[in-house]
Amino acid sequence: MSAPGPMLVRARGLRFAHGSRVIYDDVNVDIARGKVTAIMGPSGSGKTTLLRLIGGQWRPGAGTVEFDGTNVHALGRRALYSLRKRMGMLFQNGALLTDLNVFENVAFPLREQTRLPEPMIRDLVLMKLHAVGLRGARDLFPSQLSGGMSRRVALARAIALDPDLVMFDEPFAGQDPISMGVLMRLIRSLNDALGLTSIVVSHDLQEVLSIADYGYLIADGKVQAQGTADEIRASGHPWVRQFLEGLPDGPVAFHYPATDYAADLLGKAQP
Amino acid sequence: MNGTLSVIQGFLGGLGRAQFFVLQVVASLPSLLLRPRLLVQQLYHVGQLSMIIIVLSGSFVGMVLALQGYRTLIRFGAEESLGVFVALVIIRELGPVVTALLFAGRAGSALAAELGLMRATDQLSAMEMMAVDPVRRVVAPRFLAGVIAMPLLASIFAVMAIGIAGGHAIGVELLGVDAGSYWSQIRASVGMEDIADGLIKSLVFGFAVSWIAVYQGFHAEPTSEGVARATTSTVVISSLSILALDFVLTAFMFK
Ligand SMILES: Nc1ncnc2c1ncn2[C@@H]1O[C@H](COP(=O)(O)OP(=O)(O)O)[C@@H](O)[C@H]1O
Ligand SMILES: [Mg+2]
Repeated sequence: MSAPGPMLVRARGLRFAHGSRVIYDDVNVDIARGKVTAIMGPSGSGKTTLLRLIGGQWRPGAGTVEFDGTNVHALGRRALYSLRKRMGMLFQNGALLTDLNVFENVAFPLREQTRLPEPMIRDLVLMKLHAVGLRGARDLFPSQLSGGMSRRVALARAIALDPDLVMFDEPFAGQDPISMGVLMRLIRSLNDALGLTSIVVSHDLQEVLSIADYGYLIADGKVQAQGTADEIRASGHPWVRQFLEGLPDGPVAFHYPATDYAADLLGKAQP
Repeated sequence: MNGTLSVIQGFLGGLGRAQFFVLQVVASLPSLLLRPRLLVQQLYHVGQLSMIIIVLSGSFVGMVLALQGYRTLIRFGAEESLGVFVALVIIRELGPVVTALLFAGRAGSALAAELGLMRATDQLSAMEMMAVDPVRRVVAPRFLAGVIAMPLLASIFAVMAIGIAGGHAIGVELLGVDAGSYWSQIRASVGMEDIADGLIKSLVFGFAVSWIAVYQGFHAEPTSEGVARATTSTVVISSLSILALDFVLTAFMFK
């Protein structure tokens, strides 16, 4: 065994397509151990897809994803499942199990993956819930939680098995400023306190860069910009500028591709 | 021409995928031995959904059969055979078929909707990412509960229908069928093989409906329309399959 490299996840030459729609065309991404890495890009650019590729749920058309030196997509099902115990993932809306209450949702991975005695499960669950500030909400059902609370419960569930890597899919989308601030601080502080490695997917460049050590901006199937938070902000790259300043036109065009406007107005109605 | 071909191809491809899926489900059934609680929960759930409608519809079908049967039989002076008529029709035919149709409409559609929603809200993906196989944890217990529940529900339906038909026919002054001959003729003419045929039918229907429901739900497109479509297809495909299978099974059983 070689000494662990500085990168927990290394994606090389990734290609991926949904049918004929190419999502990734030769993408390289490194996720550094112990750091918070931001994956940014417009909606539909394939950010969620990247997380599913890293988790081995989907298979790339070409290229490799290595997790801690293991090629994720070369593994058999059993090995892949045991690798996944070292990853936690927060889906965009939390994806809590609707027929279980908060406590049982967080206990779910412990009950499924371990043979711990009940008192220990209880203690572990309450510790994780306390870490996200929801120890008092243990008896609520997912339908009774706000969006931000659901995500915090999902976070508690994602760290239940003490994973090495936690992947957050759009944790801030649709959150009010308070809830967003809570989530941002949680992601950063849990990452540092528990020695995690975090990937945070977001289209809020400003917010996610304030907690990220490193970032990738992905659009049009390629990595458009990468670097530390400051480097990205300072890069002046057209994608970054459009994103940070919220410009309506730029690399992401305001107009859906269409024929010439004047010709369209003057032309005959389509038969 | 090409269109028909691709529809047929799509159908066969779907059938292949559905077969592969049910094999996967069946292969993960033994793991339920270790966690019988998952199965018991689902059985309870299915029973809770279906029991009342099965009891009610069994009673109504029994009463209708008593009226219709009596009208026909009395023309031949054979109203004493009402019990046999009702019992055989219910046990061999209407019990399994009507129960299965109701089961598809109630429990089957609910199952497809539940799984479809779990798909649409990423609950199934989340399980996969927690290294929990959703086929084993979620689908297998629901599938097996459906297969087990169908014969039980069909039996309840049959008991209700025959009992109510008897009670009705005997109790209602108008018909005035003799209670003794109603029950003794049933006991004399209904054999074990009739009951076995009925149970086989309901087992097959239970397998088909559960299969269709879990396949449609599990593979629903992850949108609201996808869930709606999975629910509707479950009821439509199940109902057609039940009637088609009933014909095939009946043809075999008459041989
Ligand atoms: N199961 C699927 N089948 C076909 N296309 C899909 C599927 N899932 C996602 N897509 C498409 O792939 C693109 C990337 O999706 P996604 O990774 O979810 O984007 P993001 O998370 O960046 O918004 C989107 O355009 C989406 O429409
Ligand atoms: Mg997404």
